[in-house]
Amino acid sequence: MSMIEEPLYPIAVLIDELKNEDIQLRLNSIRRLSTIARALGEERTRKELIPFLSENNDDDDEVLLAMAEELGVFIPYVGGVEYANVLLPPLETLCTVEETCVRDKAVESLCRIGAQMREQDLVEYFIPLVKRLAAGEWFTARVSSCGLFHIAYPSAPEALKTELRAIYSQLCQDDMPMVRRSAATNLGKFAATVEAPHLKVDIMSMFDDLTHDDQDSVRLLAVEGCAALGKLLEPQDCVAHFLPVIVNFSQDKSWRVRYMVANQLYELCEAVGPEPTRSELVPAYVRLLRDNEAEVRIAAAGKVTKFCRILNPELAIQHILPCVKELSTDSSQHVRSALASVIMGMAPVLGKDATIEQLLPIFLSLLKDEFPDVRLNIISKLDQVNQVIGIDLLSQSLLPAIVELAEDRHWRVRLAIIEYIPLLASQLGVGFFDDKLGALCMQWLKDKVYSIRDAAANNVKRLAEEFGPDWAMQHIVPQVLDMINNPHYLYRMTILHAISLLAPVMGSDITCSKLLPVVINASKDRVPNIKFNVAKVLQSLIPIVDQSVVEKTIRPCLVELSEDPDVDVRFFATQALESCNQVMMS
Amino acid sequence: MNGGDEVAAAPAGPPQSLDWKFSQVFGERTAGEEVQEVDIISAIEFDKTGDHLATGDRGGRVVLFERTDTKDHGVPRRDLERMEYPIGRHPEFRYKTEFQSHEPEFDYLKSLEIEEKINKIRWCQTANGALFLLSTNDKTIKFWKVQEKKVKKISDMNLDPSKAVGNGSIASSSTPKHCLANGGSPDRSYNYLGNDFSFPPGGLPSLRLPVVTSQETNLVARCRRVYAHAHDYHINSVSNNSDGETFISADDLRINLWNLEISNQSFNIVDVKPANMEDLTEVITSAEFHPTHCNTLAYSSSKGSIRVIDLRQSALCDSHAKLFEEPEAPGSRSFFTEIIASISDIKFARDGRYILSRDYMTLKLWDINMDSGPVATFQVHEYLRPKLCDLYENDSIFDKFECCLSGDGLRVATGSYSNLFRVFGCAPGSTEATTLEASKNPMRRQVQTPSRPSRSLSSITRVVRRGAENPGVDANGNAFDFTTKLLHLAWHPTENSIACAAANSLYMYYA
Repeated sequence: MSMIEEPLYPIAVLIDELKNEDIQLRLNSIRRLSTIARALGEERTRKELIPFLSENNDDDDEVLLAMAEELGVFIPYVGGVEYANVLLPPLETLCTVEETCVRDKAVESLCRIGAQMREQDLVEYFIPLVKRLAAGEWFTARVSSCGLFHIAYPSAPEALKTELRAIYSQLCQDDMPMVRRSAATNLGKFAATVEAPHLKVDIMSMFDDLTHDDQDSVRLLAVEGCAALGKLLEPQDCVAHFLPVIVNFSQDKSWRVRYMVANQLYELCEAVGPEPTRSELVPAYVRLLRDNEAEVRIAAAGKVTKFCRILNPELAIQHILPCVKELSTDSSQHVRSALASVIMGMAPVLGKDATIEQLLPIFLSLLKDEFPDVRLNIISKLDQVNQVIGIDLLSQSLLPAIVELAEDRHWRVRLAIIEYIPLLASQLGVGFFDDKLGALCMQWLKDKVYSIRDAAANNVKRLAEEFGPDWAMQHIVPQVLDMINNPHYLYRMTILHAISLLAPVMGSDITCSKLLPVVINASKDRVPNIKFNVAKVLQSLIPIVDQSVVEKTIRPCLVELSEDPDVDVRFFATQALESCNQVMMS
Repeated sequence: MNGGDEVAAAPAGPPQSLDWKFSQVFGERTAGEEVQEVDIISAIEFDKTGDHLATGDRGGRVVLFERTDTKDHGVPRRDLERMEYPIGRHPEFRYKTEFQSHEPEFDYLKSLEIEEKINKIRWCQTANGALFLLSTNDKTIKFWKVQEKKVKKISDMNLDPSKAVGNGSIASSSTPKHCLANGGSPDRSYNYLGNDFSFPPGGLPSLRLPVVTSQETNLVARCRRVYAHAHDYHINSVSNNSDGETFISADDLRINLWNLEISNQSFNIVDVKPANMEDLTEVITSAEFHPTHCNTLAYSSSKGSIRVIDLRQSALCDSHAKLFEEPEAPGSRSFFTEIIASISDIKFARDGRYILSRDYMTLKLWDINMDSGPVATFQVHEYLRPKLCDLYENDSIFDKFECCLSGDGLRVATGSYSNLFRVFGCAPGSTEATTLEASKNPMRRQVQTPSRPSRSLSSITRVVRRGAENPGVDANGNAFDFTTKLLHLAWHPTENSIACAAANSLYMYYA
């Protein structure tokens, strides 16, 4: 029996627990694998620990996942880059397990190690590994192999490069859809490492295979790779090879493929350049905006601003704007909502005249939408349109929309509009705000739902920040303080909360003269909850007000509360008193 | 019922009638043994290769069987996928393992008891020798992985608990903090191991790695994912997509689409729930993906129609691509017409060209390219037509019989009462129609003459009689017993072999 010296107990335990029955202990040990490796030394790590881990491949997935991750950063512990290859075998086994997340992590770690390996080691160890996985019996190995080609390829000699391309092409036609999906996902990464002549021939033919796959899920991923692949090609090649494919995809039978195109089209335009975009992709995009599947229209509508930005204003007005008009009255609320969230961004693109003439009516109709999300989305982006045409043109329609949202029966809608009030205030200006919105802000403080009252208190603070203490003194503070006499203690509590938020903004003078007396008064409340909240508020006021005020007003009040019959009140009062003392000390 | 007289002569053109023989039985009852409710089999499914068979029961258990007559060890997986088994030996199975898939639950929000009964089992893609399957009860679908695990024996630890006691404070039970160093009190023990703790460059020679020895393996079933809370009504079907990453689950009113790897969201693709539940006239009874087209799925309804939908058309497939239903014969309408039209099960043929459906009276075979009517109709229960009233009263009319097709698509089979099941030839010109009994002597029914009115209660007769003491006898002298119904059966994917469930017993036949 070996005698383990005192400082080694923990490490010995750690090692033993690599094989503990309890998965949590095994997991912990694996997470400290670097510590174990350092304790064993580099040589024994290579000769014992790594082979030991290689055999550990039927453990629980959680443990395997952790192992895959740790091994990715293990090069220093095996003796540096020249020994990096010893890490490959355990990761190779992990690349074949059934659980996707373990395989993905193992591939990620292999890539990380491969990127650091010396060229001759890559040829000697890494490339054979990729080939073994690609020829694996089970699809899991083949799936993993696809993600390693971009590391293996650059350092391969010419003959091997040809072979690797052939293997990848084989993977693109594998029997198992899972393998083809992985090949499609990784094609862009692999293509980036392939030389230009082969790119046009080999890679394009693989891409071609994938775009004609009979599994929708494979074609989807091929579309996703389009943009990345397109950027590798010269614009004229891109036009020749990709444009027809993209145009085809935009009319694919499967809505999911068209949905992908709608999401990617903007990037594809960048790859093909402005001229083909105008002639080919604008019509494709217009078709997608008018697609009969709502999901596709949602995706297309969400990209409308980005797309317009790469067109010139005339084209946008001529082709896109009519579709936007249609979408604003789309039968699907989700389409309208997606449109509302981006349409304001079109204003700077189109310029003032077109915005007033064309976009404004759309804004107004969306502001009257029956679906609150649509209205909210418009309001949330108000600042963008304000920069172009000014708020006045909108303000008349804005008010009814805001009032309606403010009184919506769903509290989540009310909450959303409250969050936008400071933005609205800054855009609309003091004058407008005073007239129309001030009352609403006070009304929310008396909402039935706690989250709304809480947000309303916060809102009051943000308004004070926006318009300054003087304005707040006139328009907010008196109204808020009035409400401290509300018969319901929950509302009184909201006011205390608002006071504690307002105090730092208002500054010492106003706090002492206006806010503090109200708080002190509330300490006589009959409800203990109010009283201990008073203690909390007072504690928060200590740093704001003058030392003398603390001693003269706050402390006596706290002392009184600290003798309250209620245990909670005493607790918070004592806590606040301690802060008093600390301030005194410093 | 005319099963008895058609077997003998089959014309030369269509395939010969099969001569069915008993192969195996699992869970056979001894005479007089009462069947436990929880043991009754409620689902049967072969995997794609036919090397494995799974059954589910009302007690929420899943039992796996594996084929023993083919030695596939060492054959690469890819070849295995394409290999045709030489015909000659019939498939034989042995018990492999079993696990508790579902437990009874209680939904407190809806005050609803959720039974553990397994409604459906579906096999998923095998990987690395581990088996994967989906099992579902009324509400929750589970994804299972069944894998051989080595039984490990660990030796050569750094700290031997028995010796360590002598060392005083290492691992004795009186000072557990060291034992638990890794999990229990890491802060204290790892103080040594901060980055400032320097290990000698050569490492610490006294430390060693545990040695793991393992000889035996045992099968472990682990639940990998649970797909819950997506169905308001009872799940009747789950079906895998050919893309290997998605599956559907169907309840009475909705069909949801899942990704196997994502258990917290699903997409509703079919919703037949009317705005007002009083307008409800039709429910979904069964749903299945096309075996090769990833975007096609079919579902059947209680009104006797089959709808094929194309997932490419739109995200919400409320409108079908194709509708298959047989127009009702004029004048024949009765109170039972709608009830017996309800389809209890549909299955795609292996090539995806045909769909087989089972309603209460018949089996129908539909060509997916012909929506005017079925290409063939097989009478299964015609002899029960005069008894519909009784069947309605004892609820038997709502029994849900499953159906299956042979791998070559030439024959179809379905279950019936009295533990009988019927096999029909569906190749053009075939008149094959065989009735078999789920017992050790499946053809007994056919040699039985009307002059022998009822069975002798010999050891091979294991019909449990409950309720009606005197089972009815039809025109041909065949007794039928509503309490012993053969609802679940499955056809081996590559060979003429059928597995069927009679209460708690699993009978296997071959031809």
